[in-house]
Amino acid sequence: MKLLLKGGRVISPAQNFDGIADLLIENDRIIEMGVNLSEAEVEIFDAQGLVIAPGLIDMHVHLREPGLEAKEDIASGTRAAAAGGFTTIACMPNTKPVVDSSIVVSGILHRAQMEGVVNVKVIGALSKGQQGRELAEIGDMIFTGAVAISDDGSSLDNNQLLRTGLEYTSMFDCPVITHSEDGSLVEEGVMHEGAVSAMLGLKGRPAVAEDIAVARDIMLAEYTNAKLHIAHVSSKGAVELIRQAKKKGIKVTAEATPHHLILTDEAVKTFDTATKVNPPLRSADHVAAVLEGLHDGTIDAIATDHAPHAFEEKDMEYKQAPSGFTGMETALGVILTGLYHTGKFTLLEIVERMSTAPARILGLDGGTLTVGGIADITIFDPELTWVVDSSKFYTKGKHTPFNKQTLTGKAVATIVSGKFVMKNSEVCR
Amino acid sequence: MNKRQLSLRGKDVLGLETMTVAEMELILRTATEMKTIIDRDVKKVPTLRGKSIVSVFFEASTRTRTSFELAGKYLGADVVNITASASSLTKGESLRDTLYTVEAMGVDAIVMRHSAEGAAKYASEIVSPVIVNAGDGAHEHPTQGLLDIFSIKEKKANIAGLKVAIIGDILHSRVVRSNVWGLLKMGAEVHLAGPSTLMPRDIEQTGVYVHNRVEEALEGADVVNVLRIQRERQSKGLFPSPREYARIFGINQARLNLAKPDALIMHPGPMNRGLEISPDVAYGDQSVIQEQVKNGLAVRMAVLFLVLMGGKEIETIA
Repeated sequence: MKLLLKGGRVISPAQNFDGIADLLIENDRIIEMGVNLSEAEVEIFDAQGLVIAPGLIDMHVHLREPGLEAKEDIASGTRAAAAGGFTTIACMPNTKPVVDSSIVVSGILHRAQMEGVVNVKVIGALSKGQQGRELAEIGDMIFTGAVAISDDGSSLDNNQLLRTGLEYTSMFDCPVITHSEDGSLVEEGVMHEGAVSAMLGLKGRPAVAEDIAVARDIMLAEYTNAKLHIAHVSSKGAVELIRQAKKKGIKVTAEATPHHLILTDEAVKTFDTATKVNPPLRSADHVAAVLEGLHDGTIDAIATDHAPHAFEEKDMEYKQAPSGFTGMETALGVILTGLYHTGKFTLLEIVERMSTAPARILGLDGGTLTVGGIADITIFDPELTWVVDSSKFYTKGKHTPFNKQTLTGKAVATIVSGKFVMKNSEVCR
Repeated sequence: MNKRQLSLRGKDVLGLETMTVAEMELILRTATEMKTIIDRDVKKVPTLRGKSIVSVFFEASTRTRTSFELAGKYLGADVVNITASASSLTKGESLRDTLYTVEAMGVDAIVMRHSAEGAAKYASEIVSPVIVNAGDGAHEHPTQGLLDIFSIKEKKANIAGLKVAIIGDILHSRVVRSNVWGLLKMGAEVHLAGPSTLMPRDIEQTGVYVHNRVEEALEGADVVNVLRIQRERQSKGLFPSPREYARIFGINQARLNLAKPDALIMHPGPMNRGLEISPDVAYGDQSVIQEQVKNGLAVRMAVLFLVLMGGKEIETIA
């Protein structure tokens, strides 16, 4: 049966389109777009007052499977994605074993087919075991479906390895994603270094550690003429370095997370381990710079760095707790509340950064609504007000710095390949 | 003007950042009374009889642990100490489960020392006994801050307007952070000095003055509080040698002469004589270092009394 999305506000940044329209879907494709479409034998979804966007893409997710299923697995992680309005997610390779060979890539893709509810793309490791010594079988992984290469989760301090990794990966026209923080400068640090860490007595991770790593990454990308993507940009200096690199024509792209766009290190004053993340939540001047970078196009995309941990792992003394928290089920609400309802970004700009840009960076289909194109669609209510309750999350990770916050804006339906995987805020299977 | 009762009964003592001036003053006044008990021949009053206090020390300590233990015992409470090596902590039990275990035994107060910043606050959020922070990492050590202020008040009467110099490893010091909050709230001018590698960035945003040269901090000071320098900081590359530290930052009589003639010399202990402080200064006329230990006991008696029985102590404030 066909599906007709009726009367919604259709936003498709690729065509710079923002207007009321109906969308007709058959099987996994969009077959018609227009006003007052009608059709016999059709399931009608009343989208009045709702926004119809190309499926959101989260290019930075830790699905934790294989090996770390106490934190998350493909079933729970993809349901969290569907609940948050994401139709496609890309998962990072810091699992056990590490995603450093084609068999692990195909294993994840296979299991995602069997148990997942959204599209899963795999990011392969740059070095074997993410040990930072020898290159992983990058080509083999890319031929098996890996969409990017990264040692995210550990900082790559070996310049020679990053150089060869960039050179080697560039043969396949595939980006290398870096977690950019200089290891020696952040060794024992657990939060941003500044006035707040000074009074809390917690060890700092200075912003200059990120600046140095981003500068190094950019220089090597320029030297090797390779595609570089900087994950979770959080420092003022990094934004400026990326801005200059883009002006010079270096092939660099970047992402920012909702938490680095909204929260400051003041949040750590609670000693709540749900505020512990790398790079850390920074001071207001850095947050403002990241926001500006996202606005002027220096930073291309919004990605969550969804990094769930088991409750007992995060239920710890601050400096002993692991870094990272969940993000997919709050991302859209946080961004709409903090960026749209404050007048800083238009809906078109937000959809571009959460869908079109990540598709472009990873070379994926999607990120656009076109007749004949795949029907991966996110439907959200920008005015729906809700309170975050992490105990109701689909993800296994219950720690989020946004818990109990009131947000305005929420995905209400997620369509993957023409089928609802989430409807009325409930995941369908 | 509303009159209200000021009571600390049932209140956690986590740090001086979150304590009001009125609360601090109540503790200091009560400590004055408590100090008289220490000098008695029979140092036992029945005030806290029937109350139980467990001190849980996840980090080595001699003076603070002994001080809290005696404070509880002088007031008639039952006091039990748990140290990390003697408990199931070494078996990998989580902090939450350790605290649940202590709570289940029906204790009224938990005195806690932990190497992790925020550990006392975490404890206060998950168990019902009153939590008294006996030091959480480099964050706060509120009873030390209070005993330092008490010691100053004994000699200087008024804290407001005093110039207090704190010298040494500011970065790793919980003593400093409690002193800074307490002293600033009471109107003192706080000057910090030490190697720039042991000075937290941006700490001046709290309202303190930061100096690289110890002489600037000492100039005209009413109080000089000297911190312990841990030798392990040297192996981490934060200063080159004890010799150089002593030469540039050590407090000796010549440097002390820059302060006011009646300036007090304080040290939270344990001292490295010859490193951060010279023996003649440590034992000189201006030193109140021994008195600090006694005052620490009095302040801890006051804190335990007020949090466990404070409802009986009714203060009327304008």
